[in-house]
Amino acid sequence: MEPLNGKSIAFNHRHLSRPILRTQDLSIGYETKNGPFILEEHLNIRIHNGELVCLIGPNGCGKSTLMRTIAGLQKPLRGTTYIEGKILKSLPPHKYARLISLVLTDKIQAGAFSVKDVVAIGRYPYINHFAKLRPYDCKIIDRSLEMVHLESYSDRHFSELSDGEKQRVMIAKALAQDTPLIMLDEPTAHLDLPNRVEIMNILKKLAINTNKAILLSTHELDLALQTADSIWLMKRGTAIRNGAPEDLVLTGAFEDVFACDAFDFDKSTGAFKVKHISKGSVALLGSGIPYLWTRRALERDGYKISEGTGHEVSVKIVGSNCWQIASGGFQDNCKSIAMLLAHLRHLDYYKTKKAD
Amino acid sequence: MNRTLLVLLGFLSMFALFILDMVLGSVSIPIEDVWAALKGGDTKKSWQYIVLNFRLPKALTAILCGAGISVAGLQMQTLFKNPLAGPSVLGISHGASLGVAVFVLASALFYQPMTGVHEMLGNWGLIIFAILGSMLVLMSVLLASLRLSDSISVLLVGLMFGFITGSIVSILQYFSDPELIQNFLVWTFGSMAGVAWTEMKVMAPVVTAGLILSLMFQKQMNALLLGEHYAAGVGVNVSRIRMALIVTTSILAGTLTAFTGPVAFIGIAVPHLTRLLLKTSDHKILIPGSMLTGAIILLSCDIISQLPGQQATLPINSITALFGAPVIIGIIMKNRRMKGAFA
Repeated sequence: MEPLNGKSIAFNHRHLSRPILRTQDLSIGYETKNGPFILEEHLNIRIHNGELVCLIGPNGCGKSTLMRTIAGLQKPLRGTTYIEGKILKSLPPHKYARLISLVLTDKIQAGAFSVKDVVAIGRYPYINHFAKLRPYDCKIIDRSLEMVHLESYSDRHFSELSDGEKQRVMIAKALAQDTPLIMLDEPTAHLDLPNRVEIMNILKKLAINTNKAILLSTHELDLALQTADSIWLMKRGTAIRNGAPEDLVLTGAFEDVFACDAFDFDKSTGAFKVKHISKGSVALLGSGIPYLWTRRALERDGYKISEGTGHEVSVKIVGSNCWQIASGGFQDNCKSIAMLLAHLRHLDYYKTKKAD
Repeated sequence: MNRTLLVLLGFLSMFALFILDMVLGSVSIPIEDVWAALKGGDTKKSWQYIVLNFRLPKALTAILCGAGISVAGLQMQTLFKNPLAGPSVLGISHGASLGVAVFVLASALFYQPMTGVHEMLGNWGLIIFAILGSMLVLMSVLLASLRLSDSISVLLVGLMFGFITGSIVSILQYFSDPELIQNFLVWTFGSMAGVAWTEMKVMAPVVTAGLILSLMFQKQMNALLLGEHYAAGVGVNVSRIRMALIVTTSILAGTLTAFTGPVAFIGIAVPHLTRLLLKTSDHKILIPGSMLTGAIILLSCDIISQLPGQQATLPINSITALFGAPVIIGIIMKNRRMKGAFA
């Protein structure tokens, strides 16, 4: 079996699913002077092979603690974690490192490592004290770099890379470690949108092609909803809910966890909408894409949109560069959305002044 | 490959300097005669005596000390993730001095002047006390560093430990007789010439063992550079490797300091110079590379300190500082801040 070579897997193994990670009655939290501080308890969770699981929750809900506890970097308050049926605690370090690989948020300062040097560290659980890489190790390192699309970077210095590329190198390191479970702590943090999408795509492909179990914590609801096979939803004071992303949307679990005065969770799009202060309604006439974006701009500024007539203020899209604004017999043309919004703010200003 | 060429060049220059170190000195001995003396061939009796009993052990000491102190410095830079760590900065040399001072003064109290078997025992005692002294300081600095997050604080704490051990040594001096103080002061200047064959028999095996031991930690040291969590993630037992590095560093720095006196700046500067020359942080290359560079540089410093052709000898510390301090200033200036200086 060559677990790293996606191409050699002729059919999807995912129906042969077996649990890679299993926790039994796990309690996570901290020991403090006043006794244990419990973040979550009685956790019985599983991840199967070929599965991409996203751990989501507001800041401070214990995501990192859960990740660290599962990874064995922090002691659980109670309970056991099993990796491939083996008790995590009982494993000697080199055996542990052959079962779980980590991608962390820790900043790496060591600058004079080449990309290959860093990925080679993933092979350390398998090689001797003198760090002698065998041809097989080199092959795995090359393939790992290929999988994160960095095959031509192998001799570049790690410090010269962009944040997104560095993150991909660390994923390649985890791949070179060739473990059934890969855990990533906020792998998309500090990255721009194209890089965030790329990382999630790479991880999704890895789960499918290598049949590994991948667990990652993230703040990217959008991306998680679009890519995860399963989502673990965490909230302080309530038990973790898990399920397919769509199920969690339909049951209202998402709204519950992220309910907040400033946001609305839009079930139809699966995105959050910012709640704006309301400024009154505007009639908007027009069609097509200009209409959509004008509407967004007005909504962003706090106006309610209606299509009927008889409103105090009405806006008509006359051409590609012309917005006609009418208010109380007075009429004017604006050349851009910015001008239109400025005009509306002006009208509001006089209105409130008159009212005073 | 470029790197292979550099290593070859390094070995050649080390060998050349090794011979040169035996040629030059207060009396210049022609190279053919040095060669003849080494091979046991025919040459002047006095020259043969000088080469075999003074210059050969001195040159060997320079190689061992250069390699050993450099590796000790490299290990501490990786252990503390601090580019300015080194035996002389973190107070490790001071710890060794304390051990040496305690041993010398204590043995003066309990023994009559040592000869023969006693001398041999004395050397082992010296080493053990120096190692214990360095280990004591290193452990204290490490314990402090686990609670401190930035590298400057760790350096300052190390400096303070240095002052503490330094003042204890001064207090001990106050109670001892002037001749011992004189010896001790000369020792603190650092010298490669203090090691005769009797000392070499003890020093060489211990230092060689330390050097070989250091080669066993390449993997763990590389992993530590990624941070302790990543290191644990690839199967490194972090607390065990920390302990192993402390023991190895103490053996190397402690033993060498006991016999040559504290040699300043080599431990900090050489690992940086090696990184710069070989353009890598990979310890597989850095550890042997630092040994070679350290040996070359200390041999050069020793040759300069002999002031060829003159009767006087300069303290080796003044030469190593002249070389090392500018290197460190250069490194800090180049990186603008300390964190980046590992590059």
